[in-house]
Amino acid sequence: MAARAINGVFTIGHPNMDWLFKFPQLDPDVLLTVKRAIDGSLRALTRDYGDAIENFFYPLQRVLIFFEAVITGAPWPLIVLALAAIAWFAARKWSVVAAVVGTLIAIGLIGLWQDAMKTISLVFTATIFSIAIGIPLGILMNRNRRVGGVMQTVLDVMQTMPPFVYLIPVVMLLGIGRVPGFIAVVIYAIPPIIRLTDLGIRLVDKEVLEAADAYGCSRGQKLWKVQMPLAMPTIMAGINQTIMMALGMVVIASMIGVQGLGLNVLQAIANQYFTQGIFNGFAIVGIAIIFDRISQAYGHRLQKHRGAAHE
Amino acid sequence: MDTGCRSIGVQRMNKGDASIEIRDLYKIFGGSPRQYVQAVRDGLSKAELGKVHGHILGLNNINISMPAGKIQVVMGLSGSGKSTLIRHINRLIEPTSGSIIIDGRNILEMSEVELREFRRNQTAMVFQRFGLLPHRTVIDNVTFGLEVRGIEASKCRQIAMRWIDRVGLIGFEHRYPNELSGGMQQRVGLARALSNDASILLMDEAYSALDPLIRTDMQTMLLELQAELKKTIVFITHDLDEALRLGDRIVILRDGSIIQQGDSQDILLRPADDYIERFVKDVNRARFIRIDAVMDRAPCSEKASLPRLKSGTTLEVAAKELTNSTYDQAVVVDGSSEPLGLVSLRQITAALSSPAETKSSA
Repeated sequence: MAARAINGVFTIGHPNMDWLFKFPQLDPDVLLTVKRAIDGSLRALTRDYGDAIENFFYPLQRVLIFFEAVITGAPWPLIVLALAAIAWFAARKWSVVAAVVGTLIAIGLIGLWQDAMKTISLVFTATIFSIAIGIPLGILMNRNRRVGGVMQTVLDVMQTMPPFVYLIPVVMLLGIGRVPGFIAVVIYAIPPIIRLTDLGIRLVDKEVLEAADAYGCSRGQKLWKVQMPLAMPTIMAGINQTIMMALGMVVIASMIGVQGLGLNVLQAIANQYFTQGIFNGFAIVGIAIIFDRISQAYGHRLQKHRGAAHE
Repeated sequence: MDTGCRSIGVQRMNKGDASIEIRDLYKIFGGSPRQYVQAVRDGLSKAELGKVHGHILGLNNINISMPAGKIQVVMGLSGSGKSTLIRHINRLIEPTSGSIIIDGRNILEMSEVELREFRRNQTAMVFQRFGLLPHRTVIDNVTFGLEVRGIEASKCRQIAMRWIDRVGLIGFEHRYPNELSGGMQQRVGLARALSNDASILLMDEAYSALDPLIRTDMQTMLLELQAELKKTIVFITHDLDEALRLGDRIVILRDGSIIQQGDSQDILLRPADDYIERFVKDVNRARFIRIDAVMDRAPCSEKASLPRLKSGTTLEVAAKELTNSTYDQAVVVDGSSEPLGLVSLRQITAALSSPAETKSSA
């Protein structure tokens, strides 16, 4: 009402003020042409290079299948033992080991063992890839200011772009299956490890760096003997975040063919199976807690000797 | 064999001339420092440079000759440029203009690789807040400089253990820095610097973060080590007592300029201006002034009965000796017992009041 009244006032006074209230958008024909051109070229790309791209990612697919086969194929007591051992070596605390074993048994008891293993294998491989790509990128970002600026923007886009949007080209290029799901998870989960590697290196005490320079460290020596070890607790926090985000992505990734707990949740949504949703949801939470406790305890252990120096 | 060759971890005692010549050194902080050097040379003040041109004058026309094998103290309050100055010697800070000559080479013209070699082999640095690597144990901190130079691990540890022993940290070599007290951490810093076997030792307010008793201990240790090692030490401090105790030569900085250079006697007896006088006022003069500075240089061979005092004795000790004897005069003798002059109790007492006090009572 009010808007129309104001509009009325303006139009009455100045019949040609219409342009003020209607944003001057591009001609619809032009917009249509642009959209068609982009979609068309992407389709052409898919048509012409689809096979090449799929071949390029074939080794990745083999790796994913291999890990999934190993983890889902292994006898369950072995998996429980292995995760308990990892928990012990990372945390050195029986409470953490007990929590890990308890959670795994609970997941098994509610009949979700196979699906949970599929999810763990995906999150595990996605995390390893994210670390392998993310840490060097974080170092690069820290070293080169210009690269850092560009990367900052790219990371902002990656973190705010709704995943569904970049799922579209990924699916167009690679179809549905493990590899596109994996790529979507990595895109979603990699920003924290890159950012926190950069941050960790930046937070290293200035006087320690000065000492490294004063004793004649080369850039490489400074990085590996001083900066990386001291940035490690922060980098561990980044790894922790990356794992959590990868887990958070499994439901969305299930929409493009990733199997595991996420797919069950998706089915539960579609069919309104409340209990199935809750069970799978809790299994995801349980896995998240396992990974979180292990990586955090390891981070804490790294930090033991790094508190502020005595005055 | 002389002691130099046998002493700990020292393979090359004499690697060229370790004296440091600083000439016409200027440092201006800001966006385009070079264009203001000439103006500063022509007398542009620090205040005006800051207010009108937005640049900060860090060092202004610094000229110092630091002799090899001596302790050169650079003293000044915070903001005087002393930490900036010491960082020019190993070029942690780039100068705006000037030269620093060590062993015939201008540090400020070295390439990156040359500079790295110079830092690895010729200088070692001790930091105010220790600059230790918190993720490494004591021994791994001490070996750091050697490791950077690419010396094999077993040899590093051998050298490091000797220096850990020398600074009194045996038994702590596998502790982490944050498990040690401040004084012990600085011993680690000192061991790290000494194990590097560099002829120049840069100490940036090395003892300022320590409490007074520990600081005195560390000063004593440094003097003992220096008597044996004869390094060129550049020692930064804001504490005049420390400067007088350690310094063979002292430079006093203020607002980036040198106000006075000399030995402790010059500073105490002939302060260059009011600023230094105010510093000097609170110092225990009896402990730092030596009888050489107040004695009469007269031939005195006939006064054989008088007590004898060694050249370099402080007024404190001399006054005590004289009051314990029945005389009020003593003969000052040098190391080989040759008489140098006469000193009286009256001269000693007169030197105890500072010039500032004399002025205000007049």
